Amino acid sequence: MGIDIRLPIGAMFTILGLLLVIYGLVGDININLIWGLVLAAFGAVMFLMGRKGSALRQ
Amino acid sequence: MNLTFIDWLIMLLYFVFVLGIGFGLKRYMKTSTDFFLAGRAIPAWICGLAFISANLGAQEVIGMAASGAKYGIGTSHFYWVGAIPAMVFVGIFMMPFYYGSKARSVPEYLRLRFDEKTRGFNAISFAMMTIFSSGISMYAMARLLETLHVFDRPFQQLGLPASHIFHVSILASAVIVLLYIFLGGLTSAIYNEVLQFFLIVAGFLPLVWLGLKNVGGWEGIQKSLPAGYTHSWAGMGSPHTNPLGVEWFGLVMGLGFVLSFGYWCTDFLVVQRAMAANSMSAARRTPLIAAVPKMFIPFLVILPVLIAVSLPQMTADPVAGIETPGIAPAGIQAGKGLIPAKIDESTGQVRLDRNGNPELDYDLAVPRMLLHYFPTGILGLGLTALLASFMSGMAGNVTAFNTVWTYDIYQSYIRKEASDAHYLWMGRMATVFGVLASVLAAYVATRFNNIMDMLQLVFAFVNAPLFGTFLLGMFWKRTTGHGAFTGLVTGTLAAALHHGLTISTGAVAGIKGGWIGITHVYPSEMAQNFWTAIWAWCTCFVVTILVSLVTKPRPDSELVGLVYSLTARPQESHLPYFKRPAALAVVVCVLTVLLNIIFW
Repeated sequence: MGIDIRLPIGAMFTILGLLLVIYGLVGDININLIWGLVLAAFGAVMFLMGRKGSALRQ
Repeated sequence: MNLTFIDWLIMLLYFVFVLGIGFGLKRYMKTSTDFFLAGRAIPAWICGLAFISANLGAQEVIGMAASGAKYGIGTSHFYWVGAIPAMVFVGIFMMPFYYGSKARSVPEYLRLRFDEKTRGFNAISFAMMTIFSSGISMYAMARLLETLHVFDRPFQQLGLPASHIFHVSILASAVIVLLYIFLGGLTSAIYNEVLQFFLIVAGFLPLVWLGLKNVGGWEGIQKSLPAGYTHSWAGMGSPHTNPLGVEWFGLVMGLGFVLSFGYWCTDFLVVQRAMAANSMSAARRTPLIAAVPKMFIPFLVILPVLIAVSLPQMTADPVAGIETPGIAPAGIQAGKGLIPAKIDESTGQVRLDRNGNPELDYDLAVPRMLLHYFPTGILGLGLTALLASFMSGMAGNVTAFNTVWTYDIYQSYIRKEASDAHYLWMGRMATVFGVLASVLAAYVATRFNNIMDMLQLVFAFVNAPLFGTFLLGMFWKRTTGHGAFTGLVTGTLAAALHHGLTISTGAVAGIKGGWIGITHVYPSEMAQNFWTAIWAWCTCFVVTILVSLVTKPRPDSELVGLVYSLTARPQESHLPYFKRPAALAVVVCVLTVLLNIIFW
């Protein structure tokens, strides 16, 4: 209804992942860097699927 | 433990998106169907993840983890025996009646199938139960945040005493849940539950990976724990040979049938998610899709705490005082792995059980693991995942409450012929009332813990016989409204009577049973609970049949779409195999059997 949920979820996880990656690179297993990359990739895929879904519906 | 800028930023990001979803959906809430049933327009995969996430509240994440630390991998019975079979059953056999009857709630189905008094009994008890569950979830979250002392520094900087953390936690969670449900109704709750599901997985998965790496994998856990803690079925022949203290029949019948089917098949909190699906096929697939992540939740919730108890004592606290905020050193020394012992607040001494062993604070298992393995950054993600689990549980209860209140109580007994816009307004007011009542319940829990225990017990008595009523109602057209109502009431009384006449080993008569007299002693409290449910269900089942046989049934024409023998089977041969509920159910059952065999 209204919003494709994959868009906000994808956006949130992409931002979240990038925050962890940046912190992992500049901060003092580097779990922030590794898990940040995983979450950013997941978020990007989710976001792109959401955009594709929205475009198909329109 | 001090959180840093990055941790706060992650929490803020989560709250912005949660509220953003609510604001984004506000303009789509035009009718009461949009608000209460998400317009019946949600795809199956979203409903499925919301179905599971609404159940991932505080009781699940903290409670099941605590059980995992206490009983070992046997806790997985609550998933592989006590959830999956019931989820398959509701998807395959019961959703056609719930969804096909166009009932807007589970109590409304009871009115369509039986009569007004049966609906009233279910609606009123359910509405009260959701408020108390939501309040307990709030209380547990606030108490946990207070215990972890993660908010101490910002409160000091703001000049606020640490004692305010409890109040601010309750207020903040109440306002956020209220806002996003008030604005976007059930759709907002479902969308946020999906987001919360992914967040919970993202927050706990690296914990499992790091923990397993540290202890040497599953083999490492098996080496350091007694065999009973790493085998789920091996000692189930007798209640004395497994940590649960229950024999296999009590487990399968009490948990696997009565309690589990009573919850997953009749609790509107979860069924509401399936009722929001965009087609009959999607509604039937909802619990089946949910069953897949559900069967793997033990690896996110139970496995970390098995790691916590299998760690050697010295590994638990390399830097005492930094990773043990708010926990007395005596509690750490008397603890097990990462689990601290409980401290008697009046004496400052370690609390001992009846065998003289330290009583461990299992509720701290997951938070202690987060603080032990996660550096700043991912720690913010882990704590946000914990908050998300608490909030999804609260929101699930509030959305179920506002629907049952508006449709089954207000529209049925107070104002029957109002406009749709009025019921939409009432739904929003019910959301405000539901959240405020939850806050009140949270404070009742702080002052009168025994009252909350008592209420939980009464609700358990009411829930235990419920599946008997639904089973007969859906699969025996001769069942009457008088039979159903009498069965429910006598089943509830049977549960209370059984509880009052039995007790578990070592318990004191009172809230734990035996308040009438002691006729039987069970080896564990869990065994007593399972057998209470069995007695309640059997009483309800037999009484419903007997009363139905001597009362007049409704004509067949009124029961079309409500009972199995008078309802056309859903046609799904046009669907691809992976979208057919029966095919999905087979996959789910095979996977569940495999997991039981692997961890036998």
